Amino acid sequence: MQGGTASMLEAAKAEHLWPRPPRWAMAIGAAAAALLLAYPFVFTSSFAHHTMILILLYALMAQSWNVVAGFSGQISLGHAIFFGLGAYSSTVLFAKYGVTPWAGLLVGVLLSAAAAVAIGVPTLRLRGHYFAIATLLIGSSVQIVFQRWEWVGAASGLYVPIERTSPWLYLQFHRSKVPYYYLMLAAAALGYLLVWKLRRSRFGFRLQALRDDHDAAASLGIAVARHKVLTFMISGAMMSVAGTFYGQYVLVLDPERLFSAEISILVLLMTVLGGSGTLWGPALGAAVLIPLSEYSRIWLGGTGRTVDLIIYGVLIVLVCMWRPSGLLSVFEERIRRRRTVS
Amino acid sequence: MSRDLILQAIISGILMGLIYALVAVGLSLIFGLMEIVNFAHGEFLMLAMFATFWLWAVFGLDPLISLPLVAAMLACGGILVHFGIIRRLLSAPMLAQVCGTFGLAVALRAGAQFLWTPDFRTITSPMSAGRVEIGPVFIGQPQLVAGLICLFAFAALWAFITRTDTGLALQATAQDRQAAAVMGIPTERMWALGWAIGLGCVGIAGCLLSTFYYIFPEVGVNFALLAFVAVALGGFGSIIGSLVAGVLIGLTESLGGLLLDPSYKTLIVFGLYLGVVIVRPMGLFGRF
Repeated sequence: MQGGTASMLEAAKAEHLWPRPPRWAMAIGAAAAALLLAYPFVFTSSFAHHTMILILLYALMAQSWNVVAGFSGQISLGHAIFFGLGAYSSTVLFAKYGVTPWAGLLVGVLLSAAAAVAIGVPTLRLRGHYFAIATLLIGSSVQIVFQRWEWVGAASGLYVPIERTSPWLYLQFHRSKVPYYYLMLAAAALGYLLVWKLRRSRFGFRLQALRDDHDAAASLGIAVARHKVLTFMISGAMMSVAGTFYGQYVLVLDPERLFSAEISILVLLMTVLGGSGTLWGPALGAAVLIPLSEYSRIWLGGTGRTVDLIIYGVLIVLVCMWRPSGLLSVFEERIRRRRTVS
Repeated sequence: MSRDLILQAIISGILMGLIYALVAVGLSLIFGLMEIVNFAHGEFLMLAMFATFWLWAVFGLDPLISLPLVAAMLACGGILVHFGIIRRLLSAPMLAQVCGTFGLAVALRAGAQFLWTPDFRTITSPMSAGRVEIGPVFIGQPQLVAGLICLFAFAALWAFITRTDTGLALQATAQDRQAAAVMGIPTERMWALGWAIGLGCVGIAGCLLSTFYYIFPEVGVNFALLAFVAVALGGFGSIIGSLVAGVLIGLTESLGGLLLDPSYKTLIVFGLYLGVVIVRPMGLFGRF
């Protein structure tokens, strides 16, 4: 009996909750970081920059969705709300009052967090499908409101006024996409760092307990409602940052696009494809799907827009059927297998 | 606001509500049987409308004649979807179930857009064209015929579920799958049957809808949203609930559009969902 306990303790010690990544993985990580930093000078075409900016943008957006779905287990189908709020906050403040988008970014974050509380408090009590459908309907309602709201340009949307005097103050770069690239890279890196920290915090562990067994977590004294709303706020704030950057990047706000269910669905598809609940899954999903859509647009011309969606749809059905834990789990499994062998 | 106008709105609301109800009942049935929300439900409605359109455009078949054909096609589609996709999703986590049917919706919608362009199409002068005058109220004949056939379909469905052995087996499977299996009910076949009936209902609804509504790849989105509301309102798994909720939504929509701004009529219905789900999460007629 004694021996049994001791060996169990040994086994428990050997199995780290958060294993240090193996050396080769750290080397790959360092190489990837260096490549990301050097990317705009290695690939100099405007198209290469654009694709990478979109990948980083969507990696951040998908991660924001992942915070809610992957950590607290709630499936939101209305995340475009926060994306649109971020873009509208900075643009309305700049176009109407001349306020720098940096301040607009903060306002957007605050507004999105407030919206997350307003939406989350009544709906996060709903479980499963009911929450998903509620967010789908709220997202669609917000879009209808913004399409009718004259003060923010109704259906024709808003333009960001062109300002050439101080690019960094007004967050507009008209000569090159490179500054946008580094801004997006910094935003995405900060977002991933935040989530990485979050996952290892007590808060993160409570969230995962809550996701895995709602009732057990509640019975252990975790304030379920408060945790879920807080997660929703963090996620909304991240999405809002992406929205502001997107608005400054395209300089045109179209409520049809910004609040579209398509954006809510895209972030879901990316996260699930890469692996929801994992740190790198959303980035992997974005890195697979964005080039797919950009290249299919080039190869197939005007009709390409729907071809990429057909491929997305089929891909996601296949992933859900054969590997619901996402593509990343293929690699993870391989690493784990190698470890157990050695 | 004249009384005639309100009467008019009530009648057209009820007729439209019957279509919503028929779309919703399929969703409800599938959820009641296997706890899967078919997020591609609206896309199957769209496919039914396009099938009706092409049968009319290519073979000159009137929607009222092609109705059984379209319903049968959709029912077969339902069986295919069940055995091809859904069966594998049953044991998957909920996220995979939601994404699986959502992915199917995205692919079907994009596929329709690719094949048939995003253009709006209509079926001109169907057999049921014309209008009926009852006192001061005008009713479009296509809507009236559609409403009547919907009611008939509901009656047939209700009789099937409650009066036949297969229908009872279906109910038993919905109530307790394992107990049903112990009693010798082939649950797997019951699920496929549920999908066949569910999408068959959508086929009928789509076929009828195409006699007076635009046909385009995104048409299903809004109907699916309203069907979700109807199902939540009526309670997942309840047939009568779907019927009542569908009509209620049609009425809310047409009266809300009349009394308030028409562009906000969907918002009112969505508000209805949130109100119901938060106050009475099992719906008005829910069993659980």
